[in-house]
Amino acid sequence: MKSRLAGILKQPVLWIVTLLALFPIYFMIVTSLKTQDSYAVNHFGLPAHPTFTNFTTALGGSHFFVWFGNSVLLTVCSVIVSCVIATLAAFALAKLNVPGAGFWYNLMTILMVIPPVVMVIPLFQFMVNIGLVNTYQGVILIYTGLLLPFSIFLLTNFFREVPDSLLEASSIDGASTFKSLVKIIIPLSTPAFVTLVIVNALWVWNELLISVVFLQDDMMKTLMVGLTVFQSRYTLNIPATMAGLVIATIPILVLYIGGQKFFIEGLTAGANKGE
Amino acid sequence: MFLLPAILVLAIVFLYPIIEIVRYSFSAYQMGSWTFVGLQNYRIMFNDSIFLRAFRDNFELLLVVPVLTVLGIFLAILLYERGRFWRTHRFAVFLPYILAIPVVGVIFGYLFQLNGVINEGLRAVGLGALAIDWLGSPKHSMTTLMLVILWKELGFAVVLFLARLLSVPTELYEAARLDGAGWWRMHWHVSVPQLKSVIRFYIVLEMITMMSWVFGYVYVMTSGGPANSTMVAELYIYQTAFQFNNPGLASAVGVALLLVSGVFVTVQFLMNRGESR
Repeated sequence: MKSRLAGILKQPVLWIVTLLALFPIYFMIVTSLKTQDSYAVNHFGLPAHPTFTNFTTALGGSHFFVWFGNSVLLTVCSVIVSCVIATLAAFALAKLNVPGAGFWYNLMTILMVIPPVVMVIPLFQFMVNIGLVNTYQGVILIYTGLLLPFSIFLLTNFFREVPDSLLEASSIDGASTFKSLVKIIIPLSTPAFVTLVIVNALWVWNELLISVVFLQDDMMKTLMVGLTVFQSRYTLNIPATMAGLVIATIPILVLYIGGQKFFIEGLTAGANKGE
Repeated sequence: MFLLPAILVLAIVFLYPIIEIVRYSFSAYQMGSWTFVGLQNYRIMFNDSIFLRAFRDNFELLLVVPVLTVLGIFLAILLYERGRFWRTHRFAVFLPYILAIPVVGVIFGYLFQLNGVINEGLRAVGLGALAIDWLGSPKHSMTTLMLVILWKELGFAVVLFLARLLSVPTELYEAARLDGAGWWRMHWHVSVPQLKSVIRFYIVLEMITMMSWVFGYVYVMTSGGPANSTMVAELYIYQTAFQFNNPGLASAVGVALLLVSGVFVTVQFLMNRGESR
């Protein structure tokens, strides 16, 4: 009996969960397509006459394009730099018999859980001293640093799986260590890199604290920070605010719909290996 | 050496700040320079009711963790059977997790308004009594904050647990079924024990999240209010340092936060050690 009851309840429960999960996003998208007047009378439902005027307001009225561009730039640069550095480090830890490799690896797991807010104050003083506040380079440096522990952790685990015999074979063939890295390890670890890029890009794109502290100049703000500014300016114009949110979310949504598997596996990869 | 660039960056971003923040915590910042003040900051900190409030709120947020864990296990088990549309459900439940916290904060900021959509809906179905002032009342603001965090974080738990369940050998379930176990019994005796190590990991991870990764929610939805009812450690540090221009005090709080996180991490480390022995 119990089994049957469970069986009947399962689908409705799951659907309720799904609806609850999706409703806020539905609200965001649907509201962004309404005019202020039509929103005032109809909060929930689909717009009678969908319109894109909110998007023009959002993009035109503030530095949205600039903010968007800043986020893209920071995301791309931070992810690339951290990937390169992490690859080198992971290779050393996994394959080059570096003394104290175990120590470094464990250190990565510890660094992964340090709250960035702790680093912010001294880093801010440091950046002020060397004049890197409100610069891309300063923030890229910080993001890279914050991304490294997880990246090194993930890549080291992956690189370890590459059979040593392949490396031995290639060095017998006269390839330098670096060549072995590039020609053998990297191609074999493509899934890891895809995962890493997605997870890191997501993190940087969504990041708020560091960008709020280090990029105060209006033209330098990232999209997330810009949204908070945007929201206070348009606080009474809810459809316009929603349009802004939609623009900020579309890149990630598109990636998610296209590569759901990578997101899920990537974000849980750290967890499974860390057991 | 290949390791050098990484070491360099990590030293700048982690090592240097941690050493410095301890140093700052013992100093005060006046007119552009730091002076040593010993334990003054710490004394002020422990006497500041807002600081105490902040940490209390962080610990209150920890209450979300068991809810997340239980719901996560429950939903993962439901999805494990891979009934119809399971991928749709998984897609939906995980989606909130990848959204930006500021975006989520702004949306819920509107949904939870006194005359916002949620209350409207509650009134429409006759549950008007539940239509409280979600974010505007100090009594309810923490609960609302917890609900939003729950909404966003649950997907991760579900997906994590589900992945683990899918790697459990099916013979275990068959054996239970042959023993005559009903649905609940079977999962209680097979799924839950199999999930033990992941659950342990997840709990520590989420506890750290509640202590140190909720800045975005509070910054966007409540700014710590109303009446400091949702003040959390990160926001307190941020405000003290950058709005009240007291980075010395903020550093002391930062050190406190670091120590608390350290305790959680050490606990997890010891638990893992115990496990593998």
